[in-house]
Amino acid sequence: MDSLRQQINDLLSNQNLGVLATSAKGHPYTSLVGFVVTDQLDELLFATHRATRKFGYLQEDARVSLLIDTRSNQSADFREAVALSAVGTAREVPPEQQERLLQLFLARHPYLAEFVRSPGCALCLIKVQRYSLVQRFQDVLELDFDAPHSTP
Amino acid sequence: MRRIQPLERLSAADLPRFGGKTLALAELTRRGYKVPRSLAIPCDCYRDYLQATGLGGRLDMELGRKAFSQMRWEELWDAALRIRNLFLTTPLPPSLETEISTALDRHFPEQPLVIRSSAPGEDSATCSFAGLHDSFVNIRGRKEQLLAIRKVWASLWSDRALLYRQELGLKVADSSMAVLIQELIVGETSGVAFSVAPDNRRQLIVEAVRGLNQGLVDGSVEPDSWQIDRDSLRTVNYRAAHSSHKLVPQNGQVQLVPLRPAEQGPVLSDSDLAVVARQVLALEQDFSTPQDCEWTWRDGQLILLQARPVTTVPAEDDRLWYFNLHRSLTNLKQLQQRIETEIMPGMEEIAARFAQVELTNLSDAMLEEEVRQRLQQLHYWEETYRRDCIPMAHGIRLFGEFYNDALQPQDPFEFLELLRGGELRALVRNRRMADLASRWDGRTDSSSIAEIDELAAELGLLPDQLGRLLLQLTDQQQPQVSQHREDLEGAYRRHFNATEWPQAEEILAIGRASYRLRDDDNISLAQLQREVKRGEMEVRRRCRAGIKPEFARLLEELTDGKNGLRSPSPGGAKAGDRAVRARQLQGQPASAGLATAVARVIRSEQDLADFRRGEILVCDAIDPVMTFIVPLAAGIVERRGGMLIHGAIIAREYGIPCVSGIAGAADIINNGDLLTIDGYLGLVFFPATSGRLASSPQPHQLRKELDDAVRQ
Repeated sequence: MDSLRQQINDLLSNQNLGVLATSAKGHPYTSLVGFVVTDQLDELLFATHRATRKFGYLQEDARVSLLIDTRSNQSADFREAVALSAVGTAREVPPEQQERLLQLFLARHPYLAEFVRSPGCALCLIKVQRYSLVQRFQDVLELDFDAPHSTP
Repeated sequence: MRRIQPLERLSAADLPRFGGKTLALAELTRRGYKVPRSLAIPCDCYRDYLQATGLGGRLDMELGRKAFSQMRWEELWDAALRIRNLFLTTPLPPSLETEISTALDRHFPEQPLVIRSSAPGEDSATCSFAGLHDSFVNIRGRKEQLLAIRKVWASLWSDRALLYRQELGLKVADSSMAVLIQELIVGETSGVAFSVAPDNRRQLIVEAVRGLNQGLVDGSVEPDSWQIDRDSLRTVNYRAAHSSHKLVPQNGQVQLVPLRPAEQGPVLSDSDLAVVARQVLALEQDFSTPQDCEWTWRDGQLILLQARPVTTVPAEDDRLWYFNLHRSLTNLKQLQQRIETEIMPGMEEIAARFAQVELTNLSDAMLEEEVRQRLQQLHYWEETYRRDCIPMAHGIRLFGEFYNDALQPQDPFEFLELLRGGELRALVRNRRMADLASRWDGRTDSSSIAEIDELAAELGLLPDQLGRLLLQLTDQQQPQVSQHREDLEGAYRRHFNATEWPQAEEILAIGRASYRLRDDDNISLAQLQREVKRGEMEVRRRCRAGIKPEFARLLEELTDGKNGLRSPSPGGAKAGDRAVRARQLQGQPASAGLATAVARVIRSEQDLADFRRGEILVCDAIDPVMTFIVPLAAGIVERRGGMLIHGAIIAREYGIPCVSGIAGAADIINNGDLLTIDGYLGLVFFPATSGRLASSPQPHQLRKELDDAVRQ
């Protein structure tokens, strides 16, 4: 695994929460979600209730972005914090993949078991098209899954 | 070094790891008192368990669901039950299981054990929280003993402990529980002793029962009681108990058995009593502070089970009432009989007598006297309800804990399914309504009109209001019969062997009676409340007709008496600020299911008549008199919380989703609000509250703003 992939993998493995951006009718909307990444880094899972605004927005527009970062609310964050934006499309996990991905999600967030297994909850999968990694305030590197050489 | 230690190895410095109860016994051992052989499991093991299993995170989620200050007792119990089930369904990590089993094998190869809580801070010279955590007596078999250890750990979060969470400083990150394992001592007599009587410092007190001391501690056996002069050890007062039973270990449990003829008479001989009295005074001398202790006599030897400083709980602490809700099976059976044969018929008889009085015929003076009598009766029966009927609900809890212990289901409320389906009076009345609806053609000259008038009077509605509701009833709104229930009942029966079954059956029966009475007794009380209201309406009618100064005080009394049984509504929930809206609220899951529909807020009985089929019923609390509306509702949202509230009980019968414990529900939600409710998770959504958002600025405007910023 090259160093950028490794760095993205480390960040996604160490963080539990990210900020999910959805949009509908031209308006963005952000929500804090618990997530987990799959082995190939190209898929991210999160769970939401079907009655939430973010799920409603997803029904109108599947395009999403998820921000994951290491800030600690200190001034040093400007220098030291690393932020990763994933851009892609989200959909509800199809039934044939439900159990496998549910197990993956719960291995990371066991305390969400009751929530994720309840009928009102939707487990969602973001198919990632691109990651942008920002560090040292302005250094930005990108990993593009749509590019021909991006296959791991 | 081994973490699990016998008492002899512990010193005062170990207090934070092993808790006060364990350290007090270690100190007794050191000073040469006879105590049961014991082994202590430190708090570290509890912490390892939470860490290794991820249970700590789940506890945090459960405890963070709702502010405790807004919870009623039903909700506290629900939370404690869910937490207990997390411990029951989360096995020990293998390394910890091996560590504990090895220690138990070494010290207690085969004998039955007592497994006690020993929470740091539970017993100290300044505060006593005895009775908050659980202990288990006569536990046989390694598997059962390991399970009992998890149950003791779970009791760190018991409903009683949650009630005292501030004093205990209960926090997932900081709180922990040590466990004391003791050999079971089966004494012939047992009891407690206080070196100083609470009301007379020159006396000490001894209380004693035959059999295990647990009988005295849990209240199932009434003790003989002596007040003894501390100097002369002369008995100042002796009160004999009327006990006919004793608690003994039997069939791997503890059971009440009748006393033999030879066991009649005072529990302790004069000489045994003197030994106990001298023992508790010696403890006071040794520890330099008044002591209370638990003891047992076996084969002529006095053994100390526990000793701690005497502490008092302030009598004005209203949480003590909650402790009174924990009842034994024997007590619940007595309560059931009293409620069914005395209380409910008593309420109904008096209400029926009041109903026959034609109030308009009375003079003002007679009316005043009549209404005062009604108020007096209502106060009496409301107090009786509070004293006897509310504690009866503990039968549901008793069965719930018994069921969960035995079957360890994933869903901690699965047991409610076994309690459903009884002949609740509310359901019988609803059937009567449905039957009437099917026969009535909507005409005012119909033969059903007399029945409608009668039912309307019973429900406190006008006949045309009831008529409108009847026209909305259809055949579909029937209580649901679940196949699942039969399967669960079968599994419950199969779980117990022939020896165990009688007790399991008895606890199921008391659970069912308790579930049924929780609704039925309210209907009886409501009849009486309606008669008081009828009196009040007549007084107000006469006041409207002309000034009646003599009624002023009476009206005040009538207002004071209102809401006596209701819990206060939490403040600050009023929706005065139109800019502030709820988008999503979290309460308690009370009946499973999802529903989206418009809200109908019920603030008074008169609002009931406006209810339309398919609306979501929103209210402060579903009174039993309101339950007839439930079959029409798509869902229920209620301020009062918990699985045991009346609204939840009826909602489950009809398979209607219900979310309880939404603070200020009737204030926050308005008639016509579109709601989505999730009865699995206890959530209420307001999908239509997004409001209008500003339209996107045109690109050239954005450009201009950027240019302006650069120029500045």
